[in-house]
Order: sequence, then C-alpha cells, then structure tokens
Amino acid sequence: MTSNPSNGNKGEVLLEMRDLRIEGQSDEQWHEIVCGVDLTLRRGEVLGLIGESGAGKSTIGIAGMGFTRPGCRISGGTITFDGIELTSAPEETKRALRGARIAYVAQSAAASFNPAHKLIQQFAEAPVQHGVLNSSEASKNAIDLYRRLQLPDPETIGSRYPHQVSGGQLQRAMVAMAMACKPDLIVFDEPTTALDVTTQIEVLAAIKDVVHQFNTAAIYITHDLAVVAQLADRIMVLRYGNLIEEGETRAMLAEPKEDYTSQLLAVRSYQRDEMPPTQEDPPLLEVRGVSAGYGPLIKVLDDVSVKIERKRTVAVVGESGSGKSTLARAITGLLPPYEGSVLFKGQPLPPSYKNRTKDQLRQVQMIYQMPDVALNPKQKVRDVIGRPLGFYLGMDEAARERRMRDLLEMIELPADFADRLPGELSGGQKQRICIARALAAEPELIICDEVTSALDQLVAEEILKLLQRLQDELEVSYLFITHDLATVRAISDQIVVMLRGRVVQQGGKTQVLTPPHHEYTDLLLSSVPEMDPDWLDELLDKRAS
Amino acid sequence: MKDFVKLLRSSPWSARFGMAVIVFYVVIATFAPIISPYGETDIVGSEFEPWGEGFFLGTDNLGRDMFTRLVYGARNTIGIAFVTTCLAFLIGGFFGLMAATLGGWVDQALSRIVDVFMALPPLIFALLLLTILGTSIPILIVVIAVLDSTRVYRLARAVAMNIAVMDFVEVARLRGEGLMWIIRREVLPNSMPPLVAEFGLRFCFVFLFISALSFLGLGIQPPTADWGSMVRDNATLITYGDITPLLPAGAIALLTVGVNFVVDWFLHKTAGLRDDQ
Repeated sequence: MTSNPSNGNKGEVLLEMRDLRIEGQSDEQWHEIVCGVDLTLRRGEVLGLIGESGAGKSTIGIAGMGFTRPGCRISGGTITFDGIELTSAPEETKRALRGARIAYVAQSAAASFNPAHKLIQQFAEAPVQHGVLNSSEASKNAIDLYRRLQLPDPETIGSRYPHQVSGGQLQRAMVAMAMACKPDLIVFDEPTTALDVTTQIEVLAAIKDVVHQFNTAAIYITHDLAVVAQLADRIMVLRYGNLIEEGETRAMLAEPKEDYTSQLLAVRSYQRDEMPPTQEDPPLLEVRGVSAGYGPLIKVLDDVSVKIERKRTVAVVGESGSGKSTLARAITGLLPPYEGSVLFKGQPLPPSYKNRTKDQLRQVQMIYQMPDVALNPKQKVRDVIGRPLGFYLGMDEAARERRMRDLLEMIELPADFADRLPGELSGGQKQRICIARALAAEPELIICDEVTSALDQLVAEEILKLLQRLQDELEVSYLFITHDLATVRAISDQIVVMLRGRVVQQGGKTQVLTPPHHEYTDLLLSSVPEMDPDWLDELLDKRAS
Repeated sequence: MKDFVKLLRSSPWSARFGMAVIVFYVVIATFAPIISPYGETDIVGSEFEPWGEGFFLGTDNLGRDMFTRLVYGARNTIGIAFVTTCLAFLIGGFFGLMAATLGGWVDQALSRIVDVFMALPPLIFALLLLTILGTSIPILIVVIAVLDSTRVYRLARAVAMNIAVMDFVEVARLRGEGLMWIIRREVLPNSMPPLVAEFGLRFCFVFLFISALSFLGLGIQPPTADWGSMVRDNATLITYGDITPLLPAGAIALLTVGVNFVVDWFLHKTAGLRDDQ
C-alpha cells in the first residue's frame, strides 16, 4: 500500500456524525428517516453501510457530503468533515468540498453521465472547476486512472461517449471521475447493484485497488452483505433509520450479535432439494429448436431447445444480453420465432399470441421483473386480480370476490388489500399481487422473469418460498429466468445456462452445479460473491494464475 | 370531495384567480337571459350611443345594447368552443391512443394523414372548408374540431406510446384483451393528466380561433352575438378613442389567462414538481 502524504495519517478521524437526524416530507408531514445515527470514519478506512431499502443508508451517505435529497432536511445532530461542521456551513464551503475532497459514485453510471459529452471531458470538469488541475494535466491524470482501473485502451477510451462503452466500463469510468481530484472521501452508492455478477467482479476489484492505492476513505452503501464483505474494514447494519449493529467486518461475519444481522447473513442459504425429472411424454412445454430475434439481422436466440415438466422448475441463467428474456417472449408469443416451435403438451402453439385461443393464453402466465410497471397504477388490487377471473373463467361478481379473497390469503396478504392501489403497496407486496394475478388464471406454467431481482434480499427470499409453496399446493411449473445463482440454487430442478443466445449447458441442478462444468458456467458460479472477506482476493489470484 | 377541498386550499393565488374567472364566466353564460336587460338581437336605441343610463356600455353599430351582447356572446362563444374542444378530443384522443396501442401500419397511416392536415395552415384551411361547406354552427364546430384533433392526436399518441410499452399493457395483451379494453382501461387512465392539461390550452386556442374566424366573417354568423364579430362590427369606434370595441377582446383575454392559470397549476400538480425546485 502506498501512502499519500496529502491524505494525512491513517487513523485520524475524517468524518464524524453525531446523533444525526434527517426528516423526509410526504403528504405535507415530516417523518424521521434517519433516527439519531453516530458514524465515525477514519482516513483510509472503508466503511460499509448495509440494509434493506428504506433503511436510510443512501440518505446517510449523501449527508456525508452535507447534502440531502430534495424534500429532506437535517433536523438534528452534527456532521463534521475534517474539522468543518457541514450542517451549518454555508453553501460555498460545501460546494468547494464536493467533487474536490468528497466525491460520489452513483448506482447507475448510465444515468449519471451526460450522454452528449465524451468521458474525458466529464472527467476533467471537476478538477478544472476546482482549480486543482488544468485540462491537459487532467487528461494525463485520466489516462493514468483509466489504466489503474484496468479499462481497455486507457489512452483512447476517454474520447468515447458514454453509450459507446459497456455498463461495467462506465461504472469504472465513474469511479475514475470520482478519483479525479484525489478526494479524501468517496461515497459509493450501490455501484455494482445494476451489474451482472461477472461484471461486478471487475468493478469491485477496481474499486478495492484504487481505494487502497490512494489511501482514500470510503463509505460503501449496498444491500448485499457479501459484496461489502470484500471491501469494508468495518460494517454498519441499518434498519428503518436506526443503527442495528456495528463492527469490524471479520468479527461481524464470524459472530453477528443481532438477529437481523444473522438473517442477512443467512439469506443466501435457502435451498430446496432437486426433484427428479418426471420423464413424462409429452412434457408440459417443449421449446424445439427455436431461433428468434428483432428484425432480420439481430438473431438473439439461436437453436434453443428446452423442456419443462409438470410441477418442476426450470431455471434459465445467463448474463444480460444472453437471450434469456427473449426466450420468454418467444414462448409467450410476443416475439414469434423465425424457426422452431413451442409445443404445449405435445400440441404446437401458434407462434404469435394474437393467434392463440383464450385457453392457450390462460395456461401460460407471466410474472415480471419490475412489479412497479407490471401493475396498472390506476387499477385497484380487486380489479387486477378480478379481471383474469372474469375474463378466462367467466365468474360473476360474487364468485370473483370470493376467489379473490382466497387468492389474497394464498399470497399471505390481508383481505382489505383489495381496495388498495399499487402505489400504496411495497415492492414485495406488489410482486405478490402479480403472482396472484398469474394464479387467478389457473395456469399450468408460470414464467418468472427476474421476479426477485428488484427486491430486497429478505423480501426476495420470502417470494421464493411463497412460489415454492404454491408449486407444492397447485402443481404448477415454473420457468425461472434469472442472473442470480443464489436464486437458482434455491428453487430450481433443472438448469439451462445460456450465453449469447445459445444453450451452453443444461441438466439437473446437482449435475450442473457440481464440477466439472462448462467453462462459462464455471465463470458464472465463481463470480457469485461469498461472505468470506478473502473471497475476492483469492478469486483474483486464482484467475490470474 | 374532501380531497378536492384540500386541493383547493393548497392552490396558489394564480390558480384561485383562474378558477374564479372561469366560474364567473360560466355563471354569466348560464344565466344570460336573467342578467342581460334586453334581448340578444333587439335593437333598442340609436347607433353607437355612449356609455350611460339605459345603456350601461352603450350600443353597437345597429343600436343593440352592448352589455346584453357581451353577456350573450359569453354563452355563444364559450359554448361553441367547449363543444368543439370536446369533439376534437374525442376524435384526436381516440385515434391517437389507437395508433399508439396498435402501432405498425395503422399508426403509420393515421400519422401520415395527420401530417398532411398539419402541413396546411389551419386558418387558411378552415376558411377554405367553411367557404365550401357553408357557415352554419354545426359545420363550424365539425371543421374546427377536425382541424384541432390533429394536434390532440399527436399529443395523445406521444403520451400513449410510453404507456403502451409498459409491462402491464403487455400483460393485458397476453391475456387476450381486445383493443378497446386496452385503450379504455389500461392506456387512457394513465394518459389523463397531460390530456386534461392540453384540454385547457386547446380550449383557449379554439376559442381564439372561433373569434378570429368571426372577425373575418366566416365564424358565428349575425345576428348571433359573438365576441369576435363584435370587435369587427364596432372597430370604427376605436378611431374616435372609444374603448368599447376592446371590451369583447378583453373578455377573451381574461378567460384565456384564467384558464391557463388553472392549467399551469394542474400540470404542476400532476407532474409531481415540488415548489422548492
């Protein structure tokens, strides 16, 4: 580790929050979203903030820059950055700090870059503005940082526009930008959450590397304990704006003091035994040699064949762009394939959903990744669930009402939710409503497209358990599309691994997950972060050798 | 209802002013026969009498009471503009939502037809159509509504395009729902705020358009009282330094401002913008 004289000695307190209280406004009332949190960050130290959505972790991270989101205010406590009290400091003082001495890396790099300017122009903006460097020095500096962050072609990548580099590269370019002024503190707000596991590794390794090289202090915000375990010296667990537990990373992982922390630690361990194939003939659904794509030139699926048996779960895994969601669209008929066919109980389904009968449509239902956009915000839960009941099964109003109550009970929601609008539900509850809507049609196959990836881990686990229970009770089959291998482990019987539109490996869960596996399966499996704080270093050593 | 009262309480002064103006106009238009001292087309005095006793705002070029004509003008001009705007929204809104929901060649065909209509200057085109078809009130309404529906079409299509690609619309399609159900239950409720805001603006434009046509002599025909033609009929008075002909113009301006205040506020509300930004 190289020590940087300008950053002072390790061990000196850089950022200190005392009894910090932040309020947010909703319905013209102020609610406390951070309820008296103490935080101490020393120079060169990486502090992990972890918790579910609504825990206040991002709010605290942003408060570290003396800033609050619009509609929020700091109602009490102090924030001291290197001797400067930020809560009472004038705007000019804070503005001089931000970008120069405190930097911020947001979750979505794609949304944080200005698409109209080249990467290097945006890199140079902060140091030139703050008078730290002139623009030619900034360019040299950028190339140096791009090289350290292992971006391809560090000399020329800066002259590209944000849409010309991949998501993982853009996130690293964002880290480079934050490092431009050699800040004392960087706030990372879920920088890898939107990335594939294979890309996440690159970004994590890059962040870990530069933070240590420059001896920068960092606050790393995430909901994934395994990710933060790789980087942080110390972890703070937050829930509903309160500090639950704080401790050194290794000590906390080895011996969590609070129940909530143990729950977070155990979240990836849920697993169900594999069910043997039924060998039924014909299978419930068979995808036979399907090739599909958008327009005549872009072939997304190439000769894909998959079988789904009754009461079994088939998981389709792969990184983004592997064609797994396109497979779902081909099965449902939203994207009629060029070649091949989809057979339901041995009978070919018409390629386009428009030509399918009501009953064919009813038998295959779909649950989406984002419950927010999968529910019409203007329709009450009663109408959302009631419509398939009336439409497919021809139930009258009284029968619909009874069945809707049964369904709500099945998805473990109280009956009075029937009168709520989607906006009045949490993410997990919305996803449950989507499940109920699919179940209302009494389907034999449900396609789940990344149903848990937009949810917090604890909520996601509950949804998986619910789906599992429903399968046992109702004998439905699932086609589970996901990039998350923990989910695959938890729920699948059969696994299909996809890469660039092709199936590279398929078979029973134990067979696919035990070595030897296909090269790509191996890459995917080994990229899933583990709770062990040495995992990343060991993995990188192994890959380098 | 309670929410509505709460909403009104939180409204800024500009919106309250706008609402007061609209309510005032609606009351005048509704109770025109009670408020006005004379009949709409009665000649009650000599030409161009000054303001004063008997004739609150004087008389016009034919000796009709100016105040009475103003009151009835509110009824005719606002009524016709309102019906026309509603019709324009029915036509434009329906086809716009349909084009966005169906996409493909239906969208192409409809959009190109609309492009052709929009390529012609609306005032000239309206003058042409009215000269050919005549100037009865139903024809006036239909012609303006069709011309204005092209603008509504473009907005409705643009708004609905973003909604038609949402997952919940896909769910409805996959369920096998028909076009009308998807438009009415899935797309329309979510496109309402911009359309309602546009309704307010469009109403003003139509209103001005009718007045302009009347001023040119092809709008609402005499002896029906109308603000646009009232300006034209009495324009000569301006030469003598009398502001009476400007009163109908002022009435038009005030209503336009009022409606726009309310629309602005509504847009602000539905767009979820905060006051502190």
